Amino acid sequence: MSLSLVGLALASEGESEGFHAPSPEEFYWPIFGSGDWTFTRPMLMMALSVLILGVLLVTLTKKAAIVPGKGQWMVEQAYDFVRNGIARDIIGSKDFLKYTPLLFSLFTLILLNNLFGIIPPIQYPTMSRIGFPIALTLIVYAVYHIAGMRRKGVGHYLSGMIPKGLPKPIYALIIPLEYATYFIIRPLTLALRLFGNMFAGHMLLLLFIMGGEYMLLHGGPGLKVVSVGSFLMALIFTAFEALIQFLQAYIFTLLAATYISDAISEEH
Amino acid sequence: MQGNIAILGYGLSAIGPGIGIGLIFAAFINGVARQPEARGMLQGIAILGFALAEALAIFGLVLAFVFR
Repeated sequence: MSLSLVGLALASEGESEGFHAPSPEEFYWPIFGSGDWTFTRPMLMMALSVLILGVLLVTLTKKAAIVPGKGQWMVEQAYDFVRNGIARDIIGSKDFLKYTPLLFSLFTLILLNNLFGIIPPIQYPTMSRIGFPIALTLIVYAVYHIAGMRRKGVGHYLSGMIPKGLPKPIYALIIPLEYATYFIIRPLTLALRLFGNMFAGHMLLLLFIMGGEYMLLHGGPGLKVVSVGSFLMALIFTAFEALIQFLQAYIFTLLAATYISDAISEEH
Repeated sequence: MQGNIAILGYGLSAIGPGIGIGLIFAAFINGVARQPEARGMLQGIAILGFALAEALAIFGLVLAFVFR
């Protein structure tokens, strides 16, 4: 069916008899190099996605017409969705223009890389390797802390995270909790959510397709019939994955906007 | 029987978010049914709540593979 599946089928045939459930090792795809400096398949896809997005966005908006063509209309819809639907609604009409380019880049990059998971010749979501969500999260992390510190000053920014007017003993509990939320839990969940969803989704597809392949090629007559059900489930989940992949790109951008808005807004 | 008991931990960690996400979307549907014009505003809030509640299940999934 696709490159990845052929590779997996060959890998599983080389081993002993019996079905091997997909495992996290199947996400490791070195192309060349070795050790820490291996150039892997997701790296190639990330570079490819940047190239595709750059070429697409520049060519489609180069000759911007008052009456937009098909391509220009699509880009404008996507930009409008991020600018008005996410940035302006969350950050507020005063400051949102400054952060719209970041949010638009995040959204398009994540969306394309997620969609790679179901586009046939590629079929591998880049974000199912933890390094890529972490890199994106680090950018967001730096942006919202620095934006908050520049807006309010470092001391005021840090003290602004703690709610005022609580009974004294409660603060012993609240202060570590609030700081853990802002500095550890928020970036951690932001990266893990994207990674976990892409990882689990790809794993699910692998399980259904590899299971179907095994039952069809190596199973008895009864199992051959059942394998149709497995392939059908793979198809259904591919459609479901498309929804999840869009939703995760949206959620990552939405949360990034929320964190920025939290950092630069005045005391609540 | 073979397998990894850490996966049971994922099953357990999915219970809470499952209930939570159900509650969030129940409230969302209620809100839209009562006031259909508020849909656009409620949708963003519902998805935000969904993303926050889902994080626990994702932790469970990731940790199930980390502690093998």
